[in-house]
Amino acid sequence: MSQSAIETGGRLSMWRGAFVIARRDFTAILFSRAFIFFLLGPLFPVVVMGLAGGVGAQVQSEAMVADVGIAMEGEDVDAMLEARDALANQLPGTVPPMVELERLQPGEDFDARSVLENAEGSLAAVVTGSLDAPVLTATEGRIARWQGTVGMVAGYARDGARPTAPPVGTSVVVTSGAQENTGRLRTAQGGQVLLFLLIMLLASMVLSNLVEEKGNKIIEILAAAIPMDAVFLGKLFAMLGISVVGIAVWGGAGASILFAGGMSLSDFANPGVGWPMFFALFAAYFAMGYLLLGSIFLAVGSLATTVREVQTLSMPATMFQILVFFFASLVVTDRGGIIEYSAMAFPLSSPFAMVARAAVEEALWPHLLALGWQAMWVAIFVRTGAGMFRRRVMKSGPRGTVRRGPLSALLGVFRNRSTPTG
Amino acid sequence: MDMATGEFNSSENAGAGDPRPLAIEARGLVKRFDQTLAVDGVDIAIPEGAIYGVLGPNGAGKTTTLRMLLGIIDPDAGYRRILGADDPQDVARRIGYLPEERGLYPSMKSYEAIAFMGALRGVPLPEGRERAKQLLEEHGLGHAIDKQIRQLSKGMAQTVQLLGTLVHDPKLVVFDEPFSGLDAINQGKLEVLIRNLADKGTTVIFSTHVIHHAERLCEGVAIIAGGKVPYAGSVEVARDRIPAQVRLETRARDGRWRAALPDDARRVGDFWQFPLPTSGVEPLLKALIEGDAGILSLSIERAGLHDAFVAIAGEAAARDMVSQNAGEQA
Repeated sequence: MSQSAIETGGRLSMWRGAFVIARRDFTAILFSRAFIFFLLGPLFPVVVMGLAGGVGAQVQSEAMVADVGIAMEGEDVDAMLEARDALANQLPGTVPPMVELERLQPGEDFDARSVLENAEGSLAAVVTGSLDAPVLTATEGRIARWQGTVGMVAGYARDGARPTAPPVGTSVVVTSGAQENTGRLRTAQGGQVLLFLLIMLLASMVLSNLVEEKGNKIIEILAAAIPMDAVFLGKLFAMLGISVVGIAVWGGAGASILFAGGMSLSDFANPGVGWPMFFALFAAYFAMGYLLLGSIFLAVGSLATTVREVQTLSMPATMFQILVFFFASLVVTDRGGIIEYSAMAFPLSSPFAMVARAAVEEALWPHLLALGWQAMWVAIFVRTGAGMFRRRVMKSGPRGTVRRGPLSALLGVFRNRSTPTG
Repeated sequence: MDMATGEFNSSENAGAGDPRPLAIEARGLVKRFDQTLAVDGVDIAIPEGAIYGVLGPNGAGKTTTLRMLLGIIDPDAGYRRILGADDPQDVARRIGYLPEERGLYPSMKSYEAIAFMGALRGVPLPEGRERAKQLLEEHGLGHAIDKQIRQLSKGMAQTVQLLGTLVHDPKLVVFDEPFSGLDAINQGKLEVLIRNLADKGTTVIFSTHVIHHAERLCEGVAIIAGGKVPYAGSVEVARDRIPAQVRLETRARDGRWRAALPDDARRVGDFWQFPLPTSGVEPLLKALIEGDAGILSLSIERAGLHDAFVAIAGEAAARDMVSQNAGEQA
C-alpha cells in the first residue's frame, strides 16, 4: 500500500474524521428508501392542511347562512325584499339575506320571539312592524350588527327610491402599505412554520440515525479510530447536507408549480429585506436552528440505549421546542415589544424570531448581530452535546454493561464517563 | 524477557534475551466506574511481533483493559505506551481493532464497509476500495464483494469486519474475543490469519476466555481475574510454574515403594497421580524399582496453560471460563 494511504501519524483530525462520517451518512441516507419518505414528508402536512382548510371553509360557509325573516303586511314584504336586493348589489356582503316569513293582514299580530325560540331553519332574526316603524327581533349580537342595515332597507322600501350612486373610476395598484404589511406578516408566519417543521423533521432523523448506529454496534469502531466529537459533528453535518438536498428539491418543485401557474415572487408581498436576502437569511437561520436542536437531540440520543428510551428522553426536548416555537410565533404580534426582544435573545427561539423579523423589517445589522449570537450558542451547544455524547455513547457495551432507566441515565451524565464491559 | 521469571519487564525492550522493542507497555492501569473497580493496577509488556493473549472470564476487565490500551477510554491512574507513543491516539492509524461487539452497517456492500473502516484510519476511499476487493478475494469472499452486509452469513460478516480491521496494514492488531461466534472451521482460519500477521511482524493481541486458542497461538499471556493481573509473561513460564504431573500404575498395591511417593499423591482409579518431585524422575524410578512396585506404566505430563490458569487465577475463575465457553458452544 502506498505511503499516502498509510501515514504514520495519529488518528484523523476532528474535521477530517467528521468528513468521513458525514460522507458515509450522507450517501447512506441519500440512497435509502427513507430519503424518499423524507422528500415526500412535507407533502403530508400540506395535504392535511389543505383538507382541513377546505373542510373548515365549507363548515364556516354553511354556518354563515343566517336569514332575516320578514313578517309584515304583504306590500311591505315585497317592498322590503326589493329594497334589500337593490342595496345588496350596491353594498355586497353587507346586507343579510332576507326571506318572506309571513304576509300579515292589517292589524294582525306576529309572535317573532316564539318563532326564533323554536330555532327552526336558518332564521336568525325577524323584522315585524311597518316600514315606518320596523321592529327587529334577534339576539343581542345580531341586533347590534343588523339594526342599522334593517333601518336602511326599511327606509328605501318606504320611500320607494332606488339607491343611486355615481360610477366610481378604478385604478389598480399591486400593493399598498396595508397589504404589504399583511403580506409580510404572512411571510413571517409562514417562514417560522416552515423553519420549525424542517428543523423538527431533521432533528428527529439525526436522532433515529444515532440510535440505529448504536444498534449496529459500530460506535466502538468509530470511537477507537476517530475523536468522538468528529462522530457527533459528522452526523450533524450529514443531516444538514441532506436537508440542503431536500430544500433544493422542495424549493425547485414549489417554484416550478408557481411558475407553471403563471406566478412569480413579485406576486407575493416583498419581505422587509427583499427576497434574495430573505432566502439567504432563512438558510442561515435554518442551519443555526438545526445545529442547536440537532446537538440537543444527539446528546439525548447518546443517553439512550433503545428506541423506547430515545422516545422517552426526546419527548421533553420536543415539547420544549414546540413551546419555544409558540413563544417565537408571538413575535409577529408584538413587534418591538419585550416578547420580540426576549425571543431574539433566547438561543433556541432566536432563529424563528429573526426569520420573522427578516420578513417584516428592512434593517440588516440586527441579523448580523443575531447570527453572531446564535453561532456562539451553536458552538456552546455542539461542544456540550459532543461532550455528553463522548462520555455516554460507549454505555451500550457488551455483556457487563450496567443498564439504567432513562432518568438514571440522564442523571448519570453528570456522574461518570462510561461503564465497565468486561 | 526475563529468562528467570519469564516476564516481560523492560521499558526498552522485551528483556535481556529478547532484543525486540515493546509494542505495548502498561504499568499500574486503574479504571473505576462509579463504585466498581473494573481494572486494578494492570501491568503488561508486549514485544513487537508477538502474539499475546489476554485471558480471563467475562467481567474480569479484559475489554476495559484493551479499551484503555487503545485510548478509547482513559485510565484513572497508570501509564501506557503504545508503539512508542504515550498517547495511543498518536498512533491510531497504525492500530487495527476488532471489538467484541461486531458492528457493520447492514446496507453497506462488503467492499464499501472495509473501505469505510480504512477511511477511518486514513486510507483514501478509492485506495481502500481496491484494497478491500483484494482482501476479500484473498480470503475467499470474492463472490461477496458486491453483496450487502445484511445478505451475508454471520461468519462472512465477521470476516468482513476482520478484514476492515486490517485494511490499513496496521502494525498492532487488537482483537477482543475474536473467536467468539465462529465455527470450528472459521476459528482455524482465524488462527492461520493471526500467525500470518505475526510472521509479517505485526503485533497481535487478543482477549479470550478459551484457553486452547491462547495455548496454541500465544508466546505471552496476561491472566486477568477480578480486574487484576496475577500473571503476565510467557506461556512456557506460566506452564512451568506448575510441576509436571506423574501418572503411575503399579502391579503391587502396597509395599516399601510407597515411601517414594510424595504426601500429596492421589489415587485416581488404578493410577497414582502426584507432582514430579524436585529431585527429578531418576531417584523416583530407583526407589520404585528397589521397593518392588512392579511398574506397569509411568508417564510424566507437563502442565497445560489451563492448569497454570487454575493455579494462578484460582478455581473459581477457571470454572467461569469453562462454563462461559460451554455456554457459547451450546
